[in-house]
Amino acid sequence: MKNGWQKFLDGEFDVMDFFPEPAEEPDLSREAVKEIRKEENRRIDEDPRTRKVVAFERRSFRIIYYFVAVVSCVVFIGVMLYGVSFLPRYGQENAWAAEVSRRYIEKGLEETGALNIVAGMILDYRAFDTLGESHVLFTALVLVMVLLRRDKKNQQSEVEDYYTIRNDAYFRTAGDLILSKTGTFLVPCILVYGLYVLLNGQLSPGGGFSGGAVMGAAMIIFAASSGFDRVDRFFSLKLSSWVTFAALGFYSFAKGYVFFTGANGIHNGIPKGTPGAILSGGLILPLDVAVGVVVACTMFGFYSLFRRGRIGGSGK
Amino acid sequence: MEFIRNFPLFSIVLSLFSGVLCTMLKGRHAKNYTAAFEGLLIAMTAAVLIYTNKEGASFTYVMGEFPAPWGNEIRAGVLEALIALIFLTVVFCSVLAGWRFLQIDVDESKLNLYFSIINLLTAALLAMTYTNDIFTGYVFIEILTLTSCGLIVVREIGRTTLAAIRYMILNLVGSGLFLLGVVLLYDITGHLLMVPMHEKILLIAESGVGMQPLTLAVGVITIGLGIKSGLFPFYLWMPDTYGWSTPSSGAILSAVVSKCYIFLLIKIYLRVIGTEVLGMVHVPRILFVLGIFGMVFGSLSAIRKKSINRMIAFSSAAQIGYIYMGIGLGGVFGYTAAIFQIIAHCVTKSLLFLASPRLAEVSGDSLLFKNLQGSAFRAKWAGGFFIFGSLSMIGIPIFAGFTSKLLFGLAGADCGQTSKFILTMLALAVSSVLNALYFIRTVIRIYSRGESGMKESVVIVPTAEGKIRTIRHGAEDDEKKYGAWSLSQQLTYVLPCLILLAVNLMLGLFAWVFVDLIERGLLMFF
Repeated sequence: MKNGWQKFLDGEFDVMDFFPEPAEEPDLSREAVKEIRKEENRRIDEDPRTRKVVAFERRSFRIIYYFVAVVSCVVFIGVMLYGVSFLPRYGQENAWAAEVSRRYIEKGLEETGALNIVAGMILDYRAFDTLGESHVLFTALVLVMVLLRRDKKNQQSEVEDYYTIRNDAYFRTAGDLILSKTGTFLVPCILVYGLYVLLNGQLSPGGGFSGGAVMGAAMIIFAASSGFDRVDRFFSLKLSSWVTFAALGFYSFAKGYVFFTGANGIHNGIPKGTPGAILSGGLILPLDVAVGVVVACTMFGFYSLFRRGRIGGSGK
Repeated sequence: MEFIRNFPLFSIVLSLFSGVLCTMLKGRHAKNYTAAFEGLLIAMTAAVLIYTNKEGASFTYVMGEFPAPWGNEIRAGVLEALIALIFLTVVFCSVLAGWRFLQIDVDESKLNLYFSIINLLTAALLAMTYTNDIFTGYVFIEILTLTSCGLIVVREIGRTTLAAIRYMILNLVGSGLFLLGVVLLYDITGHLLMVPMHEKILLIAESGVGMQPLTLAVGVITIGLGIKSGLFPFYLWMPDTYGWSTPSSGAILSAVVSKCYIFLLIKIYLRVIGTEVLGMVHVPRILFVLGIFGMVFGSLSAIRKKSINRMIAFSSAAQIGYIYMGIGLGGVFGYTAAIFQIIAHCVTKSLLFLASPRLAEVSGDSLLFKNLQGSAFRAKWAGGFFIFGSLSMIGIPIFAGFTSKLLFGLAGADCGQTSKFILTMLALAVSSVLNALYFIRTVIRIYSRGESGMKESVVIVPTAEGKIRTIRHGAEDDEKKYGAWSLSQQLTYVLPCLILLAVNLMLGLFAWVFVDLIERGLLMFF
């Protein structure tokens, strides 16, 4: 006869068996868990008394849940509004806290060479933050690729595949005439406008992020109106990743150079240009172009990955 | 200016660039590149640590032509360099030791993306550690949040997707709250850099005008980073997140990512808010109580788990409670203890998360305790690592865990309030007993051969073609038969784990060297 300790060592029981743990069998497959749930529900349904109790439990849980959620939201909103009511009013200058912003407004043009103060702020004064911010976009692209790009583990079912192929084929041969004609007319206009916003970042509101978004939208409209086949002819995964690599690499090294020279007190030799001309603002224009290209590729990459799980042609 | 002062800049910008570069490489090349690059980063960070320690002062580095308060800045002192060094070492070891599992868990076409994510994560870790600007902190929090979701989702089983979505929602709530706090602070101070902001905050506290938004900002930042790091009421996302992801990801997420948020929080407390203002808004008292609750409830949740990974994940909640308790105790002793615990837990938890998947692998890929019976005999190295990690977690002398508990006791005695001292001691005692309860039980389980353990189970053997399932009969304890690894595979798993174990022992044996470094670093904060 074994004693308890021996049984414990042999794994016949575990100390924690006394604590029942609700429905958490991590090793089970999805089907097995479904079976267990079904069995549970069947047992609950059989007995009218348990059914009543379970229904009551679920209902009261739901009521308490909604009540707590609403109350905590209302309390949070109230506290925030109370705190914000002590801040300076909208449009009123807060002389107490205006040291930095005043400097940006008064000296921004002279120090950065950019007519658009916002561009000067994000790409010159606080360029390190923007370097991080453009890599946030790149990170998002990488994650969407991880999540949606087709591979051995992430396959569409055959039925879905069939419908995707059939839809694409339909739109290729007998696509909506009005849609495709309007698309052909609109896309060049939008692209030119996007380029304008992109290249004028140092002169007027706009810049890399907004211009890139407009250009990405143009490509999405083109893909939606004329089919992916025509986009695949000039835009492949290889091209997309090379362009992103070149743009972000240029960004990192250009800014790294400016940081390095600035911190070490070396003159960086980048001309500021004439304020108001298109070639002004030092590095702002090339950086805007780099950011714009990355944003455009990212936007179109998202659309393409969500639509069919790959960027560019199938490679067959 | 000495050339060494450029190293923090180089390491951040080069990590960002490596993230982009790795998308262009093939999986295996990306891994080799990342390993070499992390080695370079470790060397650079060690150089910064030695340099700042020798100089006896921290230095700020202007990012660009515009000095503070107009441009961005980073700052490196002994503490920043030490924390960065530990983080980098853990990331390096986790990636290398988890390489075998990565090949199985991650599809071949996406391996390079995994290393791209790792490099971006490294950049975010370094930038958040070195930053001297609160908004730079926010930008890199964004990168860290996204990349940590990527680390989970890359395994592509349904559960990791679910866990990543949950983790993402909670994390975004945290980021949003942090951003609200930054906006409020910017509105009342007009600065984003830490030093000028701190001066303005002192003036506000003196005059009393604008204290309400300041209190709100401190609270919102604390809750935001608390959610992200798993402070007491917000720790329930941990088991799914850590338990299902691939071993390298689990180790990095639990050991490094959550600690990085806490380090940023400590930096904001000490360098932006200041301890006096912090005391005025009662934050330390609340954190002290929440920390103690976390210590107890985290352990109680861990005890009830039947799967080894979920147990280790919940024990993280308890360990993070320790750190917040240290912040709550305050004073140099309290913060020293908190930061030592950050380092100690970082090193120990990654070791445990690397040992458990190997134990599971030789038990039919099952993480359940009942199947792990005797698994330490089937995977001898992993069993050894697990037992050492457990001892450190419980707080046995010569391991890091003991020193951190000792430091918490000292901090409690030093804080000057008898009630706080008694509470600290009680919490330490209860938490240690609970820790011992579930870790010793696990060690007994994996080290007892047992007659009624698994007589028959499915064993998954990785081969060149992929995974092959084989049925195992009888309770033979032969590592060679089940999930056999070649010598090079053994080495890539064992050597990084040995490094982690060595750091752990160093933290325990030469504790006072590290305590001295941390104290010196903390004094440089002011």
